[in-house]
Amino acid sequence: MGIHQNITSIHLDVLKEIGNIGAAHAATALSSLLNKKIDMKVPKVEMVSFDDMMDLAGGPDNVVTAIYLRIEGDVSGSMFFILPIEQSNAFIRNLIQDPTFDFEKPPLSEIGISAMQELGNILSGSYLSALSDFTRLKIYPTVPALTVDMVGAIISFGLVELSQVSDYVIVIDTAIHEEDVPGSEDVRGHFFLLPDPESFDSIFKSLGVTLP
Amino acid sequence: MIITRQVVKVGIADMNVAKNPDTIRTSGLGSCVGVVLYDEFQKIAGLVHVMLPDSSLNRTESINLAKFADTGIPAMIEQLKLEGVQPFKLKAKIAGGAQMFQFASSRDTLRIGPRNVEAVKACLLQFKIPLIAEETGGSSGRTIEFDPSTGLLNIRTVNQGVIDI
Repeated sequence: MGIHQNITSIHLDVLKEIGNIGAAHAATALSSLLNKKIDMKVPKVEMVSFDDMMDLAGGPDNVVTAIYLRIEGDVSGSMFFILPIEQSNAFIRNLIQDPTFDFEKPPLSEIGISAMQELGNILSGSYLSALSDFTRLKIYPTVPALTVDMVGAIISFGLVELSQVSDYVIVIDTAIHEEDVPGSEDVRGHFFLLPDPESFDSIFKSLGVTLP
Repeated sequence: MIITRQVVKVGIADMNVAKNPDTIRTSGLGSCVGVVLYDEFQKIAGLVHVMLPDSSLNRTESINLAKFADTGIPAMIEQLKLEGVQPFKLKAKIAGGAQMFQFASSRDTLRIGPRNVEAVKACLLQFKIPLIAEETGGSSGRTIEFDPSTGLLNIRTVNQGVIDI
């Protein structure tokens, strides 16, 4: 698949803009849901090896709360919303008003799991509908799945499809964290959008950029 | 004398070899399968982090042998031969092949964990390598570390503790 060689800085800028628009909507949704200020970093678009992809999310051993969904339609791919455990605990404790809730101490309360799933639903929904409005492409997400596990185990699942055609992945990475909280820069959440290789063409075409 | 032990790390779709007193580890196995081939007398072990069942799925120009069960295992046997291991002495332990997410979809990729395990077992059978122990399936990620000096595979699972097989 030669697509990776043909991608220029213009294409990367287009993908950055997608990350920007999607994550900005999701961050706004998160902010109004939690009534907190959420800060968003400038999106990064990188072509990385699978091992480096794991490192972007803190290394394969790192245990995180993750929302995963597949997208289908004009664009297909995988999307992850990854939160450090302490950050997801803080969000959910705030949402369900239960200070004892802890993702690291199963069995987890139904209401906590449900709140996290709903959070994932709302955030990925706002990310993808913004993306769909912007590109006018049809995007159908699956129901988001929630898991608490190692980064390597979670992300490799989203790479299965892609690994058949490439040893590298183009990742659109947007980091968010709570504003005005000391140390919150270190507990960043990440949105990862991993389009399937054949989807880049439709993304670029929809925005008037073609691949050589 | 102080013996320094090193941990040889194996990435995703990667493979390597470790000799006593070193150990060999791969982190965050989900649907992937960690295949350890070892010789308990020479105290040497190879670990392959298999991501996909069959190299016929490959559509890249150059193939990464360690990515697939049906190419990774023979490649590891060849590498161990270069280290002076006789293939008939090899034994195997495997871990991984979890189903990380449950979706109501018929897509074949969603069953990738069990398919990887089946492919690894078929390949071991083909090379007549006995499978001594396995810890496969389920829906949790695993980090595994093999110690060639004891022949034990240490498996760590989130919230479920640590076991040796």
